Amino acid sequence: MQAFTNMTGLVAPLDRVNVDTDQIIPKQFLKTIKRTGLREGLFYDWRKRKDGSPDPGFFLNQPRYQGASILLTRDNFGCGSSREHAPWALLDQGFRCVIAASFADIFYNNCFQNGMLPVVLKSEEIQALMREVLATEGYRLTVDLAHQTVTNPAGKIHRFEIDPFRKDCLYRGLDSIGLTLEHESEIASYEARRRIEAPWLFADLKA
Amino acid sequence: MSGWTLFDKIWESHVVRAEPDGTTLLYIDRQLVHEVTSPQAFEGLKLAARRPRRPGATLAVPDHNVPTTDRRLAIADPISALQIQTLEDHCKDFGITLFGMNDVRQGIVHVIGPEQGFTLPGTTIVCGDSHTSTHGAFGALAFGIGTSEVEHVLATQCLLQKRPKTMELRVDGTLSDRCSAKDVILAIIGKIGTAGGTGYVIEYTGSAIRALSMEGRMTLCNMSIEAGARAGMVAPDEKTIAYIKGRPLAPKDEMFEQAAKAWRQLTTDIDAKYDATVTLRAEEIAPQVSWGTSPGMVVAVDGRVPDPNRMPDEKMRKAAERALDYMGLTANMPITDIKIDKVFIGSCTNSRIEDLRLAADFAKGKKVAKTVHAMVVPGSGLVKQQAEAEGLDRLFTEAGFEWREAGCSMCLAMNADVLQPGERCASTSNRNFEGRQGAGGRTHLVSPLMAVAAAVEGHFVDIRNWE
Repeated sequence: MQAFTNMTGLVAPLDRVNVDTDQIIPKQFLKTIKRTGLREGLFYDWRKRKDGSPDPGFFLNQPRYQGASILLTRDNFGCGSSREHAPWALLDQGFRCVIAASFADIFYNNCFQNGMLPVVLKSEEIQALMREVLATEGYRLTVDLAHQTVTNPAGKIHRFEIDPFRKDCLYRGLDSIGLTLEHESEIASYEARRRIEAPWLFADLKA
Repeated sequence: MSGWTLFDKIWESHVVRAEPDGTTLLYIDRQLVHEVTSPQAFEGLKLAARRPRRPGATLAVPDHNVPTTDRRLAIADPISALQIQTLEDHCKDFGITLFGMNDVRQGIVHVIGPEQGFTLPGTTIVCGDSHTSTHGAFGALAFGIGTSEVEHVLATQCLLQKRPKTMELRVDGTLSDRCSAKDVILAIIGKIGTAGGTGYVIEYTGSAIRALSMEGRMTLCNMSIEAGARAGMVAPDEKTIAYIKGRPLAPKDEMFEQAAKAWRQLTTDIDAKYDATVTLRAEEIAPQVSWGTSPGMVVAVDGRVPDPNRMPDEKMRKAAERALDYMGLTANMPITDIKIDKVFIGSCTNSRIEDLRLAADFAKGKKVAKTVHAMVVPGSGLVKQQAEAEGLDRLFTEAGFEWREAGCSMCLAMNADVLQPGERCASTSNRNFEGRQGAGGRTHLVSPLMAVAAAVEGHFVDIRNWE
């Protein structure tokens, strides 16, 4: 997994609450058996007007946000379906960081599996940043994982919280399966104990 | 020291190890797999030359892409066909049990787990699907995960987790006639909001919950995720144990008795504390109808479409305005004035035999309105078989409903069952997101009985006084 240390990037605003993963990537793009190439599906229905032409009001279609790598949005981002295609599509479009007032749990988890940093800031801070990004062309933020900060162009610092374990894995780009497999003997002894306590859980299916 | 909640008991019995910050390596007893969220996980295993740790702890089934029309014909969409073929190939390579598209046991992953006795109390169950919360109805800790975590569980039979908080959702009293578990969960989401349960595992308690059938409890737990909670659960009782007994994958004989004894211990201790408690009175819950594009946008059937101008919060007002525009509704209009074009009875929320029995009985001797196209999609091949043995299919077809093969179908419209732009659907599914049932489609979430009545009248009706 790609490590995330710090970045400075162009910010794109998505000024909506409860953005669900069906909007981030609609179902027709879920038929793929690959992780890549999902950018064409990103916010597919919101990018178009009813007649099918590109909606110039949607940020992805606006020249000023081309090349954005930080997405700024509101409450409960990524709610709904567990599809990891949502962070894959955002990554494929170039987003490495999403800043929101809150995230749905599964989406939040999925970001960490893909070297993406989800940052939670207070609603008032999101409001202030939203105002700044809409008012300022070429607006960039610096995100520093080690220090857990987001810094605006004027140097104002917003601190965010993150679990130490998740932070370490993301910062070092660790393979979480490899990490778990280091504890193989503990898993085996857990299984041995449970086989006695709850043997019905070990009547495995035969393919 | 205070006692333990049901959640605490399951969590503690599955801890393999804990990191200093509380991150826990949690053992996963069972995994369900479907074709949409698994191909990249299997590919990941192959690339890393890893094998599943316990292939026999995983059960796979295609459900999202499968056609609900004649299965003897090839799938028209080659991309859907490839995804299903890929699942079959991976299961063969890795020794995982698969119920294929033409197996009578095939069905929606969250219907077949309980149906087969794969879902058991006190277990940890995961699936690359957010509605895995359904299995919590049996007193299991069951939650949806992403594809990377599917791979993680295949390779290690474990997951790295932070301990969630606990919420008690207590519903006491008696539900009104014709009100169901679906109305309870929609009312709950309307009350606590779509992020109200974020970071929590919900335990549903109270006399109204105890009174629900296993099917009703599954409907309830299914939509916990729509309240933001990854998992919802109901403590197992004699109803749970009776439901499991004799199912193909459930423990048998002496082993069953041993298991049932352990399951009876899975209750929240009297002196246990939850991190939050929310209460509702069952009598106050009317049949619910969603009016917007988020499951929290819901109102009683005798109510009106809300007026965004009366919403104090600017973000919520903007979201409501946008939702009304998308839904083609005007503020303050009575819910019963909303006319519908389609009816969908199905999905992992409401496609089990009890749902179909109630709906068929309600549809008996009535006719679907000429302006409405209505379909019933059973949750599994076995549900379909059972329904046909009871003659439910005839009741539906005589009333003008289409009777289909099992699958996810129009809940998310990955197969050919899709709403056209602007079409309005009364749906027993779980999500009313923009475009969920087809780009431009408009979804109203309701119970199976509300869906039948809407199909017959062509608009929503208050089923409490409908004949």
